[in-house]
Amino acid sequence: MHPRGDSVPQPPGDPVVVDADALAALFLALGGRGYTVVGPTVRDGAIVLAELASAAELPFGWGAETGAGRYRLRERSDTAAFGHSAGPQSWKSVLHPARARLWSADRAAGRVTAGEAAAPPRYALLGVRPCDMRAIGILDQVLTGGRQADPVYRGRRDGAFVVAVECTEPGATCFCASMGCGPGVESGFDLAMTELADAAGHRFVVRAGTPAGADVLADVPSRAADEAVIRRAGAAVDEAASRMGRGMPADGLADLLAGSRESPHWDDVAARCLTCGNCTMVCPTCFCTTTEDVTDLSGEHAERWRVWDSCYSLDFSYLHGGSVRTSGQSRYRQWISHKLSTWHDQFGSSGCVGCGRCIAWCPAGIDITQEVAALAGLRDAEKAAQEKAAQQKGQER
Amino acid sequence: MTGAPTLAVWKFASCDGCQLTLLDCEDELLAIADRVDIAHFTEASSRSQPGPYDVSLVEGSVTTAADAERIRRVRAMSRTLVTIGACASAGGVQALRNFADVREFASVVYARPDYISALATSTPVAAHVDVDFELRGCPVDRRQLLEVLTALLAGRKPNIPAHSVCFECKQRAVVCVAVARGTPCLGPVTHAGCGALCPAHQRGCYGCFGPAETPNAGAQAGLLRAAGLSEADVLRAYRTFNAGAPAFIELSRVTDGPPPGSGPRDLPERGDQGD
Repeated sequence: MHPRGDSVPQPPGDPVVVDADALAALFLALGGRGYTVVGPTVRDGAIVLAELASAAELPFGWGAETGAGRYRLRERSDTAAFGHSAGPQSWKSVLHPARARLWSADRAAGRVTAGEAAAPPRYALLGVRPCDMRAIGILDQVLTGGRQADPVYRGRRDGAFVVAVECTEPGATCFCASMGCGPGVESGFDLAMTELADAAGHRFVVRAGTPAGADVLADVPSRAADEAVIRRAGAAVDEAASRMGRGMPADGLADLLAGSRESPHWDDVAARCLTCGNCTMVCPTCFCTTTEDVTDLSGEHAERWRVWDSCYSLDFSYLHGGSVRTSGQSRYRQWISHKLSTWHDQFGSSGCVGCGRCIAWCPAGIDITQEVAALAGLRDAEKAAQEKAAQQKGQER
Repeated sequence: MTGAPTLAVWKFASCDGCQLTLLDCEDELLAIADRVDIAHFTEASSRSQPGPYDVSLVEGSVTTAADAERIRRVRAMSRTLVTIGACASAGGVQALRNFADVREFASVVYARPDYISALATSTPVAAHVDVDFELRGCPVDRRQLLEVLTALLAGRKPNIPAHSVCFECKQRAVVCVAVARGTPCLGPVTHAGCGALCPAHQRGCYGCFGPAETPNAGAQAGLLRAAGLSEADVLRAYRTFNAGAPAFIELSRVTDGPPPGSGPRDLPERGDQGD
């Protein structure tokens, strides 16, 4: 047991074992430091992210089966709380909320005064999967990496305490391993946990990544992790890498998409695409928003709100005179091209982390990995045909 | 314009639910009455001032020759005309007559069908006169109605998005009933505005707000069929409050499509083009 009140916190990285029962102490430790815990819980037929009052609200014994356009809760044979792949929400919902008030103003006696900005909430993000750790890293780059940091995101992000949980249970729609984003996690967390639920008990191998993490961990009953349990945890994560239901080609995606602007494949995908916007809403890195200026009936109070938007809405590409992307073809192409290709030009990385949400939560079950495979197939076929034609031409001469 | 702008509320063929939504703005009604002179609103008051009016809210569809005349007079008296609800914007549930014989209906329903003088069709207000703004819904959403009135008073564009209901589900963290339960849902083809009311109660969307900006008939039919609907069910799904909306008429004609997850037509593994 780690002695409470130890004046020397564990150096980051030294793993300990925490029993599942001790998650209650983790909640107390986080609550005591002023954090609101957000984590997974079962609601309305899915494992969602919500504010949690206690560890009892975690989805112990629940898993999920995912497929293209399909998600079902299933009971697990063990008591694991994190034995499920991504649900409908990502941490974007917490750090980059769907609606945020940017400012307000009041007019009285001809004078306009600006409203005070509320202090950002302080969240402990409990159970961040490695794919989502990478997604948060991408949002950091997008929303705070430029000259003007996004104030809403920055406020929430700076105050956040991150508890990563390595992935030991990938789903059929997962492909983080092929995107180089999981299933293990190296950095970016305050605490990282690996869950083990087997005959030897339900426990977590936990390591701190920051002094703040070590400080919280010191308040949680734990024991030193021996070689065997560390090996077991590592093996569970390694094994998860081999059980990903889907995969993406490792290289050449940016070029493939850039070269596919005129591909006949966009007609095919548009026949199936509802242009409903779900893929962008569930994507952990899709960050686009619109602004709404609202006034009240008196006309003396105004507010500016920022609301999630999507490249699938016509208003999103509305310039003077009309929308630039009116067809389903152009809108799907914009989304996948930005995600896999122009994101590199804009932000220096891929915009996709392989979480598979866009596959599962697309009501039409459009699968980004299959669309990429189809685009690559068409490109290769065209290339082969061109080479053949060139050869024939050479022979004729 | 001197003094407060004048507001008139008109009823055509309708159930009064949209007018009730205005009365339902209990917390804001006094503020509305402060900003506008409610000059004609017979559901609220028998006091009626003559026109012209700065803003007219029109509920209901046009189903009689007399109403076809009356809507022209309302238009002529109104600086800005806003239709409220599915009846005024798409013909309402009574537009089901457009797909049948209204005389036959009358003969079955009324003891003296010869007393009934109705047009063969139920048509939206915009089929008769110019409309400045159409607010969707059966009934309209209270917040959206306030937004339109507030925007008109401020001289700005109302924030009324035309995208799908799916946006609203995701924005308020409602779990998708189609994906997580296999429930038939019109959300992907339906205009936002209700705040995802039905999905928030684990029910599929019924399409009360009419067609979204760019619905995909085939993909939606595939989704509904996979959820267990028959071809006749798919057609009926669109034949409700917005049966007369041209986009829903188009959608109702497409009763089959690619099932969810059917994937690309030209996957290398399936065709002969791959390596």
